[in-house]
Amino acid sequence: MGNLLTISDLQRDEIEEIFDVADAMAEINRRRIPKVPTLRGQTVATLFFEDSTRTKLSFDTAAKRLGADVMGFSVSSSAVKKGESVRDTIETIEAMGVQAVVVRHRSSGVPLQISRWSDAAVINAGDGWHAHPTQALLDAFTIRNRFDSLDGLHIGIVGDIVHSRVARSNIEAFTKLGAQITLVAPPTLLPARMDWPVEISHSLDDVLEDLDVCYLLRVQNERISEALFPSLREYTSMFGLTTRRADRLGPNAIIMHPGPMNRGVEIAGEVAERPNSLVTDQVANGVSIRMAVLFLLLGAPRESLIGGEGERSVEVVPVSAGESGGSR
Amino acid sequence: MTESQFPDSIVIKGGKLVDAGGERSGDVRISGGQIVAVGEDLDADRVLDAGGCLVSPGLVDLHTHLREPGSEEAETIETGARAAALGGYTAVLAMPNTKPAIDSASVVKDVLELGRAALIDVQTSGAITVGRNGEQLAPMAEMADLGVHVFTDDGSGVQSDALMRRAMEYATGLGVTLAQHCEVTALSAGTAMNEGEWSTKLGLGGQPAEAEELMVMRDIALARLTGARVHFLHMSTAGSVDMIAAAKASGLPITAEAAPHHFTLTDACCATYDATFKVHPPLRTSSDVDAVKAGLASGTLDAIATDHAPHTPESKELPFDEAPPGMLGLEYALALAFTELVDGGAMTDADVLARLSWQPAAIASMAEQGRPIAVGEAANLCIVDPSVTWIIDDSGGASRSRNVPYVGRAVRGKVRHTVCAGEAVVIDGEAQG
Repeated sequence: MGNLLTISDLQRDEIEEIFDVADAMAEINRRRIPKVPTLRGQTVATLFFEDSTRTKLSFDTAAKRLGADVMGFSVSSSAVKKGESVRDTIETIEAMGVQAVVVRHRSSGVPLQISRWSDAAVINAGDGWHAHPTQALLDAFTIRNRFDSLDGLHIGIVGDIVHSRVARSNIEAFTKLGAQITLVAPPTLLPARMDWPVEISHSLDDVLEDLDVCYLLRVQNERISEALFPSLREYTSMFGLTTRRADRLGPNAIIMHPGPMNRGVEIAGEVAERPNSLVTDQVANGVSIRMAVLFLLLGAPRESLIGGEGERSVEVVPVSAGESGGSR
Repeated sequence: MTESQFPDSIVIKGGKLVDAGGERSGDVRISGGQIVAVGEDLDADRVLDAGGCLVSPGLVDLHTHLREPGSEEAETIETGARAAALGGYTAVLAMPNTKPAIDSASVVKDVLELGRAALIDVQTSGAITVGRNGEQLAPMAEMADLGVHVFTDDGSGVQSDALMRRAMEYATGLGVTLAQHCEVTALSAGTAMNEGEWSTKLGLGGQPAEAEELMVMRDIALARLTGARVHFLHMSTAGSVDMIAAAKASGLPITAEAAPHHFTLTDACCATYDATFKVHPPLRTSSDVDAVKAGLASGTLDAIATDHAPHTPESKELPFDEAPPGMLGLEYALALAFTELVDGGAMTDADVLARLSWQPAAIASMAEQGRPIAVGEAANLCIVDPSVTWIIDDSGGASRSRNVPYVGRAVRGKVRHTVCAGEAVVIDGEAQG
């Protein structure tokens, strides 16, 4: 294949290989000039049918640090507003010659649909409530870097599970890597039916002290009008990581959030700044993970996500400023 | 027999006759639009070979979206009727969710006029409410005067309890039947499929079975209150089947249908986000499929109705949650029923034909359809070879659309000839004219 659509497409050893490559990318990112020419001459198109400044910036940065050209595309400035279909859009962009398309769409399944129409590598940057695989990879990478392994860790995912692509992909990734998961939410924010290998709790207080990772999801105001919970105030009182709750976390426990945070709702502002809050590590690791994914899809042989038997290595020679063309 | 006695006569030769009266062998001679003889060794100007075939009253579809007027890029009355003829149908009941809706005498006239040029008998339902908006009663009496017997807002259910009560009361005065698309939109808004493990996995909004069942429950109660004849469209859940069975047992004048996709496909089909599998009511679980099959076998569900719903390829390539619901059915229903309900179920071929022909004809009060194969009856016949196995392809057949959810499926039973009003409109599997 040569796409990254969901975590379920990946085996555990493939995820671990992505992490190993991401380690090398992190090393590049620590350099004075964090840029290599590995993907020079290749073009990555970012198709954000739904706005997302953070994820788009992260992919843009990752592609540019590997020397790829980046073709941006956002709905507000595109033909989509004039009624063009996704298929026509993808075929138009592909005709210009791109090796990878990074897709964000508000509807679940669109990256998979695009993969049926495109020969380029398709990377899912978030589709509907369905999947956000690079977020899950960067989250798992962040946990792995802190604890060496996810095996046996207890991870609580707190909040709006049912509407969250981050939750779905994280459940798959964390489970594959050996962690135990507890979903913490009121029943209204959990799927009506699920067959995930997870524990369920309706009380953050009940599980807090047992967690190695407290992973908080963003809560959206509009869920109140859908009668999923009565008020943000009540949500925070039940499920927010307040200062008092954060004090009860174990000494080695970490706090994570995919961003953007609602400070004072799912996480207290002060808690987000604590040393055991890894929110900024997640952002930094996002670039390394996305570099690794782009490299493995575009820099390695195309037989599989992780490549075939062929030799390859990450170019470690820094490029001079003059050689870095194409990234603007 | 000589030409002079029976000008332009046709004989259907060597088949097994199946109708509401049972089964027997015999030839059928047709002339002047009627059956003029039934017996052994009949001759005529033209012979249609029915060796090895079942000869049944023509099939009657209670639930056909012909898309005309308004969406002729997806289907027309002419193409939909052609598909129906190829599927063994001699009559279809057009659904009123066209653009404009079939909610007035003038649109009814237009549809019936277009239908007169079609290969088979095209009848139409009328909307219960103006524009199918659920707010004001449509002029049902004016439409009934033109021969409309069934009223429905299909595509959506009538949400208002009060309005549905009044519609039922009004219908009893006209002697017409109300057909309900049971879906409580308060529970189904924003959803794209059945609520279950698959909707969770796919991250798609799901509607629970209860979105259908609450309206089935309400309309049974209102039927009891008003005495109206109510027909329940495309029943898809085990709970609905149970309620219909109980209501019938209590003597209410209600009937119900099931669509082929609800006894063949489950919500797992949505796994690849192929919107071909998006339909309302949505594909349910395997236990619901079993309940629908059992309901058809027991007679709780009176009819198999296709809910033939053509959509263009472009519209079915939209994201799953944005794509329109519906799938083709006219050319596949009979074979799917033989395959899933007889070979894979508890019914006989004759049971299947009852659900596809004379029972739906009675529900829609179609006087010349689903009749016994006997002298003097209108010659509307389906001749099907029940032994032929074939593979459904993605061509969409005669439909203008090709949203076929059964591609690659092996099925048993192929229509050989269709005779409508005495004319052979399908001969050896080929539509005529």
